[in-house]
Amino acid sequence: MKIKVLFFASVRDLVGDAERVVSLEDGATVTDLIAGLAAAHKRFIEMAPSLMVSVNQEYMPRDTVLNEGDEVAFIPPVSGG
Amino acid sequence: MDLYRVQDEVIEPAALHEVVLADSDGAVTTFAGTVRDNTKGRGTSFLVYDAYKEMAEKKLKEIGDELKDKWEINSVGILHRVGQLEIREISVLIAISSPHRKASLEACHYAIDRLKETVPVWKKEVWSDGGEAWIEGDISAPQKTEA
Repeated sequence: MKIKVLFFASVRDLVGDAERVVSLEDGATVTDLIAGLAAAHKRFIEMAPSLMVSVNQEYMPRDTVLNEGDEVAFIPPVSGG
Repeated sequence: MDLYRVQDEVIEPAALHEVVLADSDGAVTTFAGTVRDNTKGRGTSFLVYDAYKEMAEKKLKEIGDELKDKWEINSVGILHRVGQLEIREISVLIAISSPHRKASLEACHYAIDRLKETVPVWKKEVWSDGGEAWIEGDISAPQKTEA
């Protein structure tokens, strides 16, 4: 299945992309997606614990099972206002 | 009427005031967050705001809905600017109307605190000494426990 992944702020600087399409096995979770990204970007694994994850624009836990076409975003601690 | 928007354009306080105000209101409380020229004494040249626009607008509306549950208010308007902002410019504007002043005063204070916890917007500071960094909020903030 294909997942759309969005990166913002410091995570975007680290990964080098604002948006990416990632292929995952059916039944994969957010944790599996993180593991795949960490393999390509060593520092991502260090950053991951401080990130929130949204799936289809709602904050969701790491064990969330992903589905074809989901939009996942990695969200650093917010600093708006 | 209500309005929740993340925008590139300059924020106009008078326009939002008109959007939220109805004939039955006796008060409009407005809060503007502005770009300060320093952070703890280190000179700031300008700020850059980034947002997850669609989700941020959805979270702003959730804040508005929460305010309406808690206080006797009429309309809520929240605008957040993105892109490059210069010193003195408005980064965020909240306007809340209510029949009586106490409700909108309290709701407005709550709204800006909540915004800083849950809305996916990020600020990059670019300092006058040439340094720059994305600012990260408090990771223990209640965005973790949101239902």
